[in-house]
Order: sequence, then C-alpha cells, then structure tokens
Amino acid sequence: MEAFKEHVGLVVPLDRINVDTDQIIPKQFLKRIERTGFGEFLFYDWRYLENGDPNPDFVLNHPRYAGASILIAGVNFGCGSSREHAPWALQQYGFKAILAPSFADIFRNNCYKNGILPISLPANIITSLGQEAHKTEGYRLMVDLEDQSVVCPDGTVHTFEIGDFEKYCLLNGLDEIGWTLQYETDITAYENRGH
Amino acid sequence: MQKTMYEKIWDAHLVRSSDDEVPILYIDTHLVHEVTSPQAFEGLRLNNRKVRRPDLTFATMDHNVPTTDRSLPIKDLIAAKQMETLAQNCAEFDIPLYDINSPEQGIVHVIGPELGITQPGKTIVCGDSHTSTHGALGALAFGIGTSEIEHVLATQCLLQHKSETFEIRVDGTLPYGVTAKDIILSIIGHIGIDGGNGAVIEYTGSAIRALSIEERMTVCNMSIEAGARAGMIAPDDSTYEYIAGRRFAPKNEAFDDAAEQWKQLPTDDGAEYDRTLILDAADIAPQVTWGTNPGMVTDVTGQVPDPAEMTSSDEKQATKHALEYMDLKPGTPMTDIIVDRVFIGSCTNSRISDLRAAAEVVKGRKVADTVNAMVVPGSQAVKRQAEAEGLHDIFRSAGFEWREAGCSMCLGMNPDTLSPGQRCASTSNRNFEGRQGKGGRTHLVSPQMAAATAVTGHFVDIREFSS
Repeated sequence: MEAFKEHVGLVVPLDRINVDTDQIIPKQFLKRIERTGFGEFLFYDWRYLENGDPNPDFVLNHPRYAGASILIAGVNFGCGSSREHAPWALQQYGFKAILAPSFADIFRNNCYKNGILPISLPANIITSLGQEAHKTEGYRLMVDLEDQSVVCPDGTVHTFEIGDFEKYCLLNGLDEIGWTLQYETDITAYENRGH
Repeated sequence: MQKTMYEKIWDAHLVRSSDDEVPILYIDTHLVHEVTSPQAFEGLRLNNRKVRRPDLTFATMDHNVPTTDRSLPIKDLIAAKQMETLAQNCAEFDIPLYDINSPEQGIVHVIGPELGITQPGKTIVCGDSHTSTHGALGALAFGIGTSEIEHVLATQCLLQHKSETFEIRVDGTLPYGVTAKDIILSIIGHIGIDGGNGAVIEYTGSAIRALSIEERMTVCNMSIEAGARAGMIAPDDSTYEYIAGRRFAPKNEAFDDAAEQWKQLPTDDGAEYDRTLILDAADIAPQVTWGTNPGMVTDVTGQVPDPAEMTSSDEKQATKHALEYMDLKPGTPMTDIIVDRVFIGSCTNSRISDLRAAAEVVKGRKVADTVNAMVVPGSQAVKRQAEAEGLHDIFRSAGFEWREAGCSMCLGMNPDTLSPGQRCASTSNRNFEGRQGKGGRTHLVSPQMAAATAVTGHFVDIREFSS
C-alpha cells in the first residue's frame, strides 16, 4: 500500500449527504477482475450524460476543479455496498483525502487499506470548508497525517481523530496481512484450542 | 460480568488482544462470490501466499449470473470471465464452489443458512454488505472489502475494532399484513440510514422472537441499510430446529453438544447495551419507500413528503434531489403511484416463505397489463421447493416470469435491469439511484405488497387487498 504522510491539494465540494457506493462506482463497472481502471468511471451516472458526454452541471466537471485531490462531502459518505471498487475509483481518479462529517464503516475501512485518508470533522467545519471551496477558485488544503491536522490557506488548523493502528499503517504503507502473519503462532494456537 | 451476545462471540474469537493494538479476530466461515474476490486471489498470488483454511471457505456465483436458461451460453463475456476466474481460483486454492450449474447454487446469503453453514456463535464474513443476514441465526456476520477478503484468505483472521452494541427491541404482536420487511424498513425510517453506524444491532423483543428464521434473516439482512456493522438475533428453539439436519450442521450427539453451546450465547440478564431503541409492533404499518435510500420510507397509507417541511437544509436538498430522480410530487398518496415492473427476489426476500407469501396473494389473479413482473428464487434449492409446491404455476399463470436463482435485479449486474424512467416495486434492499438500472426508480416493499402491486399496477394497502 502507498504510504500517506501529508498532502496539499485542490478541494472539490460535493454538496450531497449519504453518497452511496452505487453512485461512487455503479455496478456495471464491477465486472473487472483487475484492481485498476476504475478512475474514469467514478460517479459515472452523475458525471456523464446519456450520450456519454461529461455532464457540465456535475461539480467534478467544472474546469476550476480539474486536478482536485481532496473531496468534501456530506454526512455518511460511502454508505451501502461494501465494494472496494469505490475507494479504488476515488483513488484512481486522483483523490488522496475525503473530508466529511461521517463515513459508513465498511467504506472507511476500505479507504485505509488503499492509502486514502477519510477525515471526519464536525459538520459546521465541513460546511464552512465547502463554502470556501465554492467561493475561492483554486482553494487548497493541507492534510498532515502525522499531526492529524487539516490546515487552511489562512493558517486555521482543524485537528481530526484517527486510530493509532490505522495511522501507523497509512504512514508506513504497511502490509496488514504481513502484520497479522507475524502472529501466526497465536493463530495456530487458537485453532489448536479446538476451534 | 454480564455480557451481550455480541461480546460473548467477540471474546470467544480473539486470537490476540492488547490495549495498544487492533484486536485480531478469528473468522470461522468465509463466504466468497465472483464479484469482489478476483483481486483478492490475485493479491495472494503476487505475494506468494496460500489460503490458510480452504475448509472454512465456501464460494458461489450469484451477483453476475443470468437468470435465464442455464443451458445457453452466457452472453455477457465480461461477466462470464469473472465467473470463470472464480472457478479457476477455487480450483487453484482448493475451495469448494457451488458454480452456476450446481444444484446448490444461489445467493450467498441464502445458501449459507440453507446448507447449515451458518450456525450460532460463528464469526462469518463475506465480501458483501448483506452478510449481516446470517446474524439471524445468532452468528456475528458482517461484510468486508476486497483487501479484507485477501486478509481472511491468507490468515483466517481480521484486524477489527470492537463495535458498540445497539439493542432494538420490538415488543408486541405484528398487525395483520405487516411483515419482517416492514419491521426493518420502519426501523430504518426511525433511526436513519446512518443510525446504526459503528454499532452491531441485536434485535430483541416478543415481536422478533415470534418471527420465523427466514423472517429474522430479512430483518438482519437490512441492518447494513441502517449503517450497522452487523445485525443479530439470539438463537432459540426455532433456530435449532431450522439448523438440524442441514448438510453442514453437526449430526446426532455433536448436534446436541453444539446446541448446549448455542444456549449459552444469548445476552445475559443485566448486560448493558451502549444504546437501546424500543418499538411497539402494533404501531408498524406496511412500508413503501418513496426516495433514493431505504430511510426514505413511509406507511403505505402515507404520502410523498414535501421537502419544504424538512428541518435541515441538507435534508431539504436530499429530499428535493430524491423526488426529482423518482419523478414524484409532494403530497401524492403512496397508493396512487403506478409501477411498470415488479421484482420478487434478492437476499432480503427470495426464500421459500417469501415466495409462498407472494403466491398466496397472486393465486387466482392476474398481473396488470401495464406491469412486467418476475420472481427470482434465492437459490436452486428454493426454486426446486417452490416448484414441488406448485408455486411456479401460480406465478406463471398470473403472468409472472419464473427465473433461475441469483441476485438478479436487486443490483442489475446481469441482464435483469430497469430501463431509464421505469418504476419498480421491489422486495430487495436498496433503492439507490440507478441501483436496478440507470434511471430506474425503485420502491422497496414486502413480498406480499409487491405481489399485490403486480396485480393492481399501483401500490395498495395489503391489509385491505386481502380482506
């Protein structure tokens, strides 16, 4: 897994709550057997018109947000299906961090496994960051995982919570399976206890 | 110390736990399907790892499979490739597979309990969010992503944080015409689609206790639609009766020994949950969703809500979007809404009791001319049973299509999809935008309500329809 330490990037606000993984990556793109190639299908039904042209009304298609790597969204981002294709699509599109008041559990887990940082901040802060992104063309934020902080252009700092283990894994790009396998004797001992 | 059922199962499966590490949890059963597993197997190969316990792993094909004649070649070549990949992976890693031609094939959450693989006290995972279904038998069962599938394949363990416990108690007796589907839709309506985030729900109370095992599966299945990590119901005599005699169930004395263990699982008197919600079954009416997530739901006697009456601006906006997508006007009575399609199926409502309930409504009636209706049994075993009982004849003579088993139009990965603008009464679990086909409009209902809707062409209050 790619390590995540800090990132400075252009912010795009997606003003919707309860964005489900069916929207992030619709089912017709889940038939691939590879881990790659999902970025172009991110938010497919919102992002493209019937004829396949980009939907000019969808925020990701506004030229000012081209190259955005930090997504701001409403509560409960990533709800629904457990498909890890959702974080794959976000990452392959270019997103490094997602800011929202809350995330669905499975989605958040899936992000951690792929080097994407889901950041929960209070709803009023998310709202004001979203408003800034709307107001200020080229609005960028700095995300620092070591300090657990989001730094605004005016120097305001918002700190966020993350589990110690998740932080350690992201900072080091850790192979979690390798981590568990170092305790193989414990696993074998558990199995030998008659389980 | 008194413990909840979740805590008992959790504690019994800890391989390693210390204050400054994420606990390592042992997984008793790993269910695998074609869509979320290929990248996990590829990961094993790239790292030269093996499947630790193929004997605790079971695979089937369900998400992608066509529900039409199985003797014909699969037209969707990409889907076929994914199925072929699962077959190759199962052969390479020695994992039992119920493939598309197997008499045991079916939706993974239907065949697990059906084959007796699902048992009380087990930890069960699958790369599918509706794994919560298996909690109906007193298991701790939850959905995982592909990286975690690879983790379980390689280690038979998961790194897991402990969840909060959330008791949802439904007391009293369900009114006539109100089903398990209405209980869970009503719960989601109450707590919202993120109301269970971070928690494992245990459903308790006399109304839950009175449900059959299949009905309990419907309730637990949609726990994820409230955002919960898992849903579970304590095992009881109904559970033991359901399991006895199934293929992978313990036999004879081993069964008695297992049942003694299972009887230790229910939450101790005096154990505390982090949260509790109490509902009265008598207050629940048949439910119909009107929006684009399962929390956007109302009584069948209700109306499409008005965004102007929503309190928060986010809710207002979300409701406005949903009504635009659903092409519905505020104030419309739910029973005035006309449908084009009816889908009876999915891991929520495709078991034999669901099909019996729907057939009972359909018997001697005809599907409305304006409606295209289909029944997709949850497994080949359900299909055989239904055919033995003549249910397929009831459905067919009423004008329903009778299909082969699979996930089908719940998520439309196979050719069973809605066309843009089509409106569907569906017994499935998600009414997200485009879920059943781009531009398709889904309303979630019980099998009885779906059947009645097929006959009349619009939503009806099943309580009046049958009487």
